[in-house]
Amino acid sequence: MISAADAGAGAPRRAAAMDWFARRGKWLIILPPMLYLLVFFLIPFGFALSISFADTAVRVPPFTDILSVSPDWHIHLTLNLGNFKYLFTDEVYGLSYLYSLKTAFFSTVVCLLLGYPMAYGIARTSKSTQSILLLIIILPFWTSFLLRVYALEGIIRETGLLNTALLWLGVIDHPLQIMRTTFAVYLGIIYSYLPFMVLPLFATLEKLDHSLLEAAGDLGSPPWRAFLEVTLPLSMPGIIAGSMLVFIPAIGEFVIPTLLGGPDNLMIGRVLWDEFFGNRDWPVASAVAIAFLVLLVGPIALYQHYSTKQLEA
Amino acid sequence: MENRISPFLISVLCIGIAILYIPILVLIGYSFNASALVSVWGGFSTHWYTELIHNDQILDAAWLSLKIGVAVSTGSVILGTLAAISLVRFKVFRGRLLLTGMVNAPLVMPEIITGITQLLLFVSMLNLLGWPHRGFTTIVIAHIAFCSAYVTITVQSRLASADRLLEEAAMDLGSGPVRAFIDTTLPGLAPALASSWLLSFTLSLDDLVISSFVSGPGASTLPMVIFSKVKLGVSPDVNALASLMICLVGVCVLIAGHLMRRAERRRVLDAQMAER
Repeated sequence: MISAADAGAGAPRRAAAMDWFARRGKWLIILPPMLYLLVFFLIPFGFALSISFADTAVRVPPFTDILSVSPDWHIHLTLNLGNFKYLFTDEVYGLSYLYSLKTAFFSTVVCLLLGYPMAYGIARTSKSTQSILLLIIILPFWTSFLLRVYALEGIIRETGLLNTALLWLGVIDHPLQIMRTTFAVYLGIIYSYLPFMVLPLFATLEKLDHSLLEAAGDLGSPPWRAFLEVTLPLSMPGIIAGSMLVFIPAIGEFVIPTLLGGPDNLMIGRVLWDEFFGNRDWPVASAVAIAFLVLLVGPIALYQHYSTKQLEA
Repeated sequence: MENRISPFLISVLCIGIAILYIPILVLIGYSFNASALVSVWGGFSTHWYTELIHNDQILDAAWLSLKIGVAVSTGSVILGTLAAISLVRFKVFRGRLLLTGMVNAPLVMPEIITGITQLLLFVSMLNLLGWPHRGFTTIVIAHIAFCSAYVTITVQSRLASADRLLEEAAMDLGSGPVRAFIDTTLPGLAPALASSWLLSFTLSLDDLVISSFVSGPGASTLPMVIFSKVKLGVSPDVNALASLMICLVGVCVLIAGHLMRRAERRRVLDAQMAER
């Protein structure tokens, strides 16, 4: 039991404690995640940047230091710009980057064309159906990405279900070669990233004020026009957020082109992996990663802008 | 809002869901194929499942992945929740924009870039400080960095919509701010915390690219073993393993979803009771 006297004595102390908490104590909450992400997420980019200016060396770790102190206490900063020059002279990097952009772009467009009607359909069902349909969409997202890509291989390989079914139906006389083609890479990306497109789209479409569409209809606008002029612009944040959630990771995709694509499906993720594990050229790999990151800053900023807007809405 | 969904929408919805599910169902079907040849149906058999139990490489990798998953999801829920509280409750502080950026960036950052940069950090740290050695520790550290971002996003939206009346009432009655938060708001967050723990766990269990970079010799996680097997072609014991993992995760998600729905219903019911 707290007596009145205790409460009387405790109140100013408590007020002081709360005041302290409001001013300083919040840092106890902010600092742990802030420091963790700084050290283990942001600062690593600094290391990658510095190593992209180093030379390869036969030692552990396999690169030279860019900063060195000579015996007479001079600090030497050696920046090797050769790695970046190499990115421009060896055309495999430019080509694979362009190829990755193209692949990611068309996959995103297909995901959008497929995902938009799906999200729209889900948003227009009753609340209880909605939660079931959402669960159905989310469930594959929880199951292993690697295993889903592997599962797709079971469908599209030469002796897979698709070819067996088509042969049996007599649509084709000999099996289609889908595995190890560009088409398989597209299929893999669309299949793996579709939920990422549907969920943000659903989130905006669900909030859509239906009376606006009715108003447009009442004013004589045909449904397609009401859709183009009301629904589409209003769902723009969802379209951008969903597209970026598909587009950006798809550019750097490694598992899908490796497992489903052929030798000519050189996406930047694969080049980076080979540079690192195959050639063991860490400075060049770092330079590729940094250049790649610089090119991603635009799309990532766009995503950040729209996703925070969506969260605040 | 409901009624009249055009046949077009229904068919696209069905096609989309079919695309998402057919490969998984076919995979599960194949896992019971007695024939070692993946193209031939040799009758129903659980042979590949028993094979799995005797495969030490897979069992070791699975055990390592489970240990990593538990450590990662626990760490991520703590750090991610702190970040969510910071972003929702403290509207103004130095570095808020930085924290927002660092929380959102891992969601879209290609894993291969995160993996390379983190490896370079660990290698440089080992060189300068003599810690950490590549393996379990580095994988856990690297996974927490991206999993906590998912936790923050999940908890953030729940926290932003949480009612602060009870918490303010508790503070008026003399609770300190931390105590008030723990007594009133935290129980309401429990379903979000549980589901983000599960999400972190599955993300960690699933990660191939980042683990491959930051792992050291002798520490092969389950996806790394599966990837090396799958690269060589389809193998029937991977079918069995994949089916097991998919079913396990599916059951976990269904239970989590059920718990969250029940908690939500109870909350709504409580609110209705309180209004009376």
